[in-house]
Order: sequence, then C-alpha cells, then structure tokens
Amino acid sequence: MKIALTSLFVDDQRAALAFYTDVLGFKKHHDIPLGEDYWLTVVPAESPDGPELLLEPAKHPAVKPYRDALAEDGIPLAQFEVEDIHSEYARLTSAGVVFTQPPVDVGTAVVAVFDDTCGNLIQLLEAKPNKHDDDGR
Amino acid sequence: MADIFRALDDETRRVILDELSARDGQTLFEICSVLAMRHGLSLTRQAISQHLAVLESADLVTSEKRGRSKYHYFNPEPLAEITGRWPVRKKTEP
Repeated sequence: MKIALTSLFVDDQRAALAFYTDVLGFKKHHDIPLGEDYWLTVVPAESPDGPELLLEPAKHPAVKPYRDALAEDGIPLAQFEVEDIHSEYARLTSAGVVFTQPPVDVGTAVVAVFDDTCGNLIQLLEAKPNKHDDDGR
Repeated sequence: MADIFRALDDETRRVILDELSARDGQTLFEICSVLAMRHGLSLTRQAISQHLAVLESADLVTSEKRGRSKYHYFNPEPLAEITGRWPVRKKTEP
C-alpha cells in the first residue's frame, strides 16, 4: 500500500489553487468540474509523479469547528518537506505568507508553521542529516 | 504571592517559562513540540494546557489571540514581588 493522494479542506478552491501554485510552487494536476465544485489536485513541481494533494471544498459543517480549534492551538494539518527551511521562510514571508511559528530547531529537524490562507496551518520541515552520517568524519 | 510559588513549584512549568523566555509568542503546538523534542517531556496536550492555565492564573504567562491562533508570552513582572520583598543584596567585601 502506498499513499497516492491526500487531501486538505479549503474555503475557496480557486483561491486555494492560486495559493498552492503561485505562492507555494506546486503544479496543477487535475482540475475536473464536479457540479459546483472541482476535483482539484496539485503535485510538487520536483515530483510530478508523486502523491497528489487534493484541495477539497470545506463546505461540510463539521469542518469549520474542527479547523478553527486546531488553528487556535497552532496545530498543522499537513507537513511539507523542504531542503532549506530558512530560505523558504524568507521567500514565503516576503510573499506575504503569515507564519504562526518561525523555523525552530527541535533537535532532529527544523520546523516552521504557516497559514495557507485557505483555513489550514501547514508545517514545513527540514530534516537534519542523520547523526550517524557525521560520525567518523 | 502564593500562586507564584505554586506556579513555579513544578519542573515542567519552569521549562515552559525557560522556553517562552528564550522565544516569546508560541502556540500550544510549538510548546508541546519543543518540550517533547528538546526536553524529552512527552506530556499530553491537555496536561500542557493545564500547566499553562496555572502559569496564566499566576500572571506569569499571558496569552493573545492573533488571527486564528493563540500565542503565549512570558510575563516576569510578578517575580519582582519576590525580590521586592526579599531584596538581593550584593555581598560587601570584608
């Protein structure tokens, strides 16, 4: 079994597509009209054959209380890995993205959390090289 | 004054204050991650929330909602009551 697709609820699918492509740098993959909504997925530019991210309409009444409670406590709903978190932080901040947590060293990784403007908090993670890799140098 | 000492009489709450004094304005999620990853204190979110409530009731931590998130800040002012009552005097050389 492998993860082929995962989803996030978004307030407005067109606005979400703009944010995830123009600001974050994902590529649009599927954009299929389904009634009032769309089957709308994006993929990372560097791995277009990897797992898709579905930007799903947040219309269900359970979604708002769920996401609001998580946002209040700063809990992210997805994690994206980056190579250089400090340069991503600088790039996204200058693009107007609001971080609820700047890059923080948590020992095995450096993590930060930003607001995706679509109702979700997203964690960025830069993994640190495994300690064993540094041994014996 | 009793509530300040009650709030400080717990290692987890002292570590929370250490972390907030090092970097102010943290969400509950960040405090939980840092306590777990950096200090090996794997408490439940509810437990940390309760520790924060004790610190807030002693006015050692204040919180502010900004946007949709809630941030916590260290407020050292109540600690001045301690040194105000028992001033720290410099030792005079004999």
